Amino acid sequence: MTTVASVSAPPDNAPPDNVAAGNMAPDAVAADAVPPGTAPSGNMAADAAAPGNMAPDAAAPGNMAPDAAAPGNVAAGNVAPGNVAPDNARARAVAATVTDPELPMLTLADLGVLRDVAVNGGAVIVTITPTYLGCPAMATMRDDLVRRLRDSGYDDVRVQVSLSPAWSSDDITAHGRQVLAEHGISAPGPVRRADGPVELTLMPARRAIACPRCGAAEVELTSEFGPTACKALYRCTACLEPFEHVKEI
Amino acid sequence: MSHDSDHESVYDGLLGDGDSQWAFGTDFEDPLAGMDTTIPDGADAGALARYCLMLGDDALIYSHRLSEWASRAPDLEEDIALANIALDLLGQARLLLTRAAAADPALVPTLPDGSPVPPEDALAFFRAEGEFRNVRLVELGNGDFAVTIVRLLVFSTYRLALLQRLAASSDAILAAIAAKGVKELTYHRDYAARWFVTLALGTTESRERLLAALVVVWPYYRELSRTHPVEGRVATEGVGVDPATVADEVDALLGQVFAVGEVDRPAIAAIGPVSGGTGRDGRHTETMGLLLAEMQSVARAHPSGRW
Repeated sequence: MTTVASVSAPPDNAPPDNVAAGNMAPDAVAADAVPPGTAPSGNMAADAAAPGNMAPDAAAPGNMAPDAAAPGNVAAGNVAPGNVAPDNARARAVAATVTDPELPMLTLADLGVLRDVAVNGGAVIVTITPTYLGCPAMATMRDDLVRRLRDSGYDDVRVQVSLSPAWSSDDITAHGRQVLAEHGISAPGPVRRADGPVELTLMPARRAIACPRCGAAEVELTSEFGPTACKALYRCTACLEPFEHVKEI
Repeated sequence: MSHDSDHESVYDGLLGDGDSQWAFGTDFEDPLAGMDTTIPDGADAGALARYCLMLGDDALIYSHRLSEWASRAPDLEEDIALANIALDLLGQARLLLTRAAAADPALVPTLPDGSPVPPEDALAFFRAEGEFRNVRLVELGNGDFAVTIVRLLVFSTYRLALLQRLAASSDAILAAIAAKGVKELTYHRDYAARWFVTLALGTTESRERLLAALVVVWPYYRELSRTHPVEGRVATEGVGVDPATVADEVDALLGQVFAVGEVDRPAIAAIGPVSGGTGRDGRHTETMGLLLAEMQSVARAHPSGRW
């Protein structure tokens, strides 16, 4: 059984491992049409490498998303100290095995949508967040969580929604990225963040990604919209196979 | 752990109790489950609810229009893209209508006893045309692909600018919906702007279609930044955004896209109010009734329908 304390976000000065590949090349910024007040192009590489942007990669395989270890998740108050941590950890461990309905190779924890699992009295309260507001899989996630926790002896399971902070593809754990790649799905690069009006990009975002099947860097975007809300469509021009890329959001 | 254990039969869970079994709404019973729906200090619940209806109806009606492209778009990629955009907007609509219902339950139409229809679906499927608060731009017919792209560019540019400011709303739920929506709309606007330029600088035919599309869409553009009294009130109270405050930013961005596409800003008069009101007052164009008939008829015929 894992303990809650075993997972923590890396310190701010941790090396941003996942950024090394430079997933978003600086020229991805379209210079032609940006709203007034927008930062000039060329600052993106710096943004992408900024410590803290990346999903923490400290989580061991199968462990919970870092959010779940954040202070305050333990439903303090009603339950005597001492009982709380082990029971929370057990319920959390069970919930962390539930997989995403549309990316079944990935657990909800690895996807970063499992925000919190807390045992409060006899009830387990699970908090999840949608990847996209229209995500049609939320009810299935809820049902799967309830069923899995009931199978483990928790009769009273409540699943609630958290919308803030909004889910980001940066919330996918390092283990989750690895599993995606092993299943032929290209993992998202770091999300660009900037203050001020959102930039318009008239050229397709050029992501430095490799074909998850053959590893070739020669890929082309087929569409920014794919079979699920969270994916774009690509094609490898070396092995000619199509593949999906989880979008940065 | 195996995935199969969660889905032993595709029919598991279809029959059962709970609100999720209504034939037309099988998602989360309460999309705001567990969230604090208290009205912020200094805000009027009725105005907040009506404001949420406006933003929710914009997304709902436009989502329905975009979904009409499914299986009919010029190619498979555009089919999927437009359906994805429709889905994103439907998600925004669902949460906004849920917020409206939580803020002022009196807005929700009354349904037969025992009906499993959740409040946001009651608002979507059981309100009459005059009770919808969407701008008229979103209800227009799709036209051809050029009309669709021009409208999507105008709407997503406006909504992105609006939601960016709304992310600072004193209503935590509205702020969270807006912050999430900004991420989604960024993709929508990029998509529309790229296609706008592609059509404008493409073939003679595509350019002619695009210029013709501008004539169709442009009369409805100014209504987006016309301040309705409800919008003015919620802006003053800190829960909403006065759309007039984003007009310049939207105009500048559209101007930049037009410039890249070498297209002149249309010199076409804006459509005026009808009997002193616009879409925000429930005054709609002829096409709205037809849209609602298609969208609502099955739900209205089976208000207690279950799987």
